[in-house]
Amino acid sequence: MSLERPDTADDAAIERTPDELEALLGDLVVGRDDHLNAPAFVIRPDTVQETLRTLKEQAGYDHLSVVSAQEYENRYESIYHLKKYDDPTQEVSVVVPADKDDPVSESAEPVFRTADWHEREAYDLIGIEYDDHPDLRRILLPETWQGHPLSMDYDKDRPQIATLPEHANPLEDHHKDAESDTMFLNIGPHHPATHGVLHLKTVLDGEQVADVEPDIGYLHRSEEQMAQSGTYRHQIMPYPDRWDYISAGLLNEWAYARAAEDLADIEVPEYAQVIRTMGAEMCRIAAHMLALATFALDVNGDFTATFMYAINDRERVQDLLEDLTGQRLMFNYFRLGGVVWDLPEPREEFFSNTRDFLDQLPESIEEYHNLITSNEVFQMRTIDTGILPPEVAKNYGATGPVARGSGVDYDLRRDDPYGYYDELDWDVVTEDGCDNFSRLLVRMREVEESAKIIEQCVDLLEDWPEDERTIQANVPRTLRPDDDTEIYRAVEGAKGELGIYIRSDGTDKPARFKIRSPCFSNLQTLPEMANGEYIPDVIAALGSLDIVLGEVDR
Amino acid sequence: MSSDQPFITDESQVVTETRDARMTGQGDRFNSRLREAFGSSPFILTKFDKFLNWCRGSSMFMLQFGIACCSIEMMHTYAVKHDLDRFGSGVPRASPRQADVMIVPGTIVSKFAPRMKRVYDQMPEPKFVVGMGSCTISGGPFQEGYNVIKGAEEVIPIDIHVPGCPPRPEALVYGVVKLQERVANGEAAPVTVKPYELEEFSDLERDELVDKLTDQIDDDELVMRYNFADSP
Repeated sequence: MSLERPDTADDAAIERTPDELEALLGDLVVGRDDHLNAPAFVIRPDTVQETLRTLKEQAGYDHLSVVSAQEYENRYESIYHLKKYDDPTQEVSVVVPADKDDPVSESAEPVFRTADWHEREAYDLIGIEYDDHPDLRRILLPETWQGHPLSMDYDKDRPQIATLPEHANPLEDHHKDAESDTMFLNIGPHHPATHGVLHLKTVLDGEQVADVEPDIGYLHRSEEQMAQSGTYRHQIMPYPDRWDYISAGLLNEWAYARAAEDLADIEVPEYAQVIRTMGAEMCRIAAHMLALATFALDVNGDFTATFMYAINDRERVQDLLEDLTGQRLMFNYFRLGGVVWDLPEPREEFFSNTRDFLDQLPESIEEYHNLITSNEVFQMRTIDTGILPPEVAKNYGATGPVARGSGVDYDLRRDDPYGYYDELDWDVVTEDGCDNFSRLLVRMREVEESAKIIEQCVDLLEDWPEDERTIQANVPRTLRPDDDTEIYRAVEGAKGELGIYIRSDGTDKPARFKIRSPCFSNLQTLPEMANGEYIPDVIAALGSLDIVLGEVDR
Repeated sequence: MSSDQPFITDESQVVTETRDARMTGQGDRFNSRLREAFGSSPFILTKFDKFLNWCRGSSMFMLQFGIACCSIEMMHTYAVKHDLDRFGSGVPRASPRQADVMIVPGTIVSKFAPRMKRVYDQMPEPKFVVGMGSCTISGGPFQEGYNVIKGAEEVIPIDIHVPGCPPRPEALVYGVVKLQERVANGEAAPVTVKPYELEEFSDLERDELVDKLTDQIDDDELVMRYNFADSP
């Protein structure tokens, strides 16, 4: 079957039991605090690097998904969620408690580059300080912000001051006596090429980029706080739609649904899983179409025709999604235990509309290939620019089309199956080019794979026995998962691994709700791709990352 | 005078030579039924202000300004199918200095509000603002957020509010057309309360917070102070 992974005969790929791992770490472990998804080892705050290095180099845990931090009554805690790129079902968590009065913990940045931003976020929102961190300052909130909003004693009503600084050229001093002059250039936060409100602090040496630093937080809408103040059953589900708002709503809702269903032990009926799978793949098509549209615009303003074509195809998918869910963009269609309502009546009409869309899709993809990928100008701009080697991608925790464009064969739909994906016939798309062109090709080919999935789902749904069309499991009106249960679950969103960490405290609201956004990690790779390149290539690289700021900033 | 062409004067009653000379001087390509209707006296009489307002309302340059979820629907409004250009307002300008209308499509958070104010200030007068979506009205679903400004009107004045989360493209088209109507009629923008201003740090009233930040912020740096306790 196409879903089987290529064999990897590597020591690191060997699955170890929790006890073997504990033996491997030896004295580093001071306790166990297992999560629902993985064994969790408690370690001392000054042994973070040693522990993570052991797990990475000797046990093969090469993917730091996320660092989730939180404050308890008596301590602070950072959790490092580790996985393997080769087999994401092998997970391990490293729990690092820190002192309540003086929360300091060692930084993991020297082991995993991706920890840089994740720890800055933990510092910003919770207030844990990381020793040995290269650049520990606020990342989402203005630098003059007072207090740490997700800590326990934060007063939401206190006044705050935000600044509008004029930026000095950070490299000026280095070049004072040199012949070459550098120029500092702000790109954004209001700029058409930044896909929203992203700010790139760029230093140019002539036409080349000497340094680029993404400055984020211009759309930090307190999503985690909103989720923590909503009840599991109904109040959280509308928010995921607004993380990755490029029509990827159902994919995001699935991330929350998967985490919460596993936490509360809810079984989803098979029929609902098929509907979910179909809807989610429609969303993926819509999201990739917009990625394609805006990427073409970024690379060359003359590609407005491509933009219009892709928007046209998006409108068609959105019509189908509107028939299914009742909304164009913010679907709010999933419920814990299933979906909110059955397929629209008359069903035959919905199926035939879907089939019509799928029938014309190969033709329009052919058209896109004619318009852009086989266009010489486009190829010159994208082939061999924005290079992201696979090892670098892994070190930064890149996932989704960005990782797959660098040849990293990682797709949670296949590797950590959920929904109905493992029953269907489809392929994971990878490209080895590591450049802007490959990332675009991956998205275009994924659209074809999504179409294959939708078609199989439609076949299944058409023949589904009439009396087995159960759309929702029986779920209690109020969900109160057991006290101090922790879980991290991820799904393959449009941009990559979208994960949720939830800690319950016995009430009907989560005590900690942490979102692992794929774009947040993917955007971190931008300096690697951009430094030394020409300025137009930076714009192309940024476009090929396909970030959405609602998800980066949350 | 024939009844199906009410505005054309009777050919036999006027000296047609003059009229022909005037019309042929233009070249046939420019002659339309409308031009024909004006006949030998191609002048209209109106107030200058009214004419100018009509011009303004008929051709509005929008600022290409994307913030959050609503900007996706805004793009759809500009693109095929909904095509805002049909109503004479579909030319997005990348620079605020060339724009007449700013559509605010999304949630305003503390870090972005000073930047939005700056972009608004850069637009030349007369300028108009369409607030798109619930977030620009009240903060919408994120109103409780610790970092969210409770409505764009806390920062800049807004002429038209389009509710929805997000509003459908049709709703945005309706809002923009309403704005055009108002502009063409010369109706003034509403007076709004704007509690958050961009000001120099040294101009802020001294209090605990300002004292604490004195070391971090230069006196002449522009800042925006949020009083979240007073927000609606």
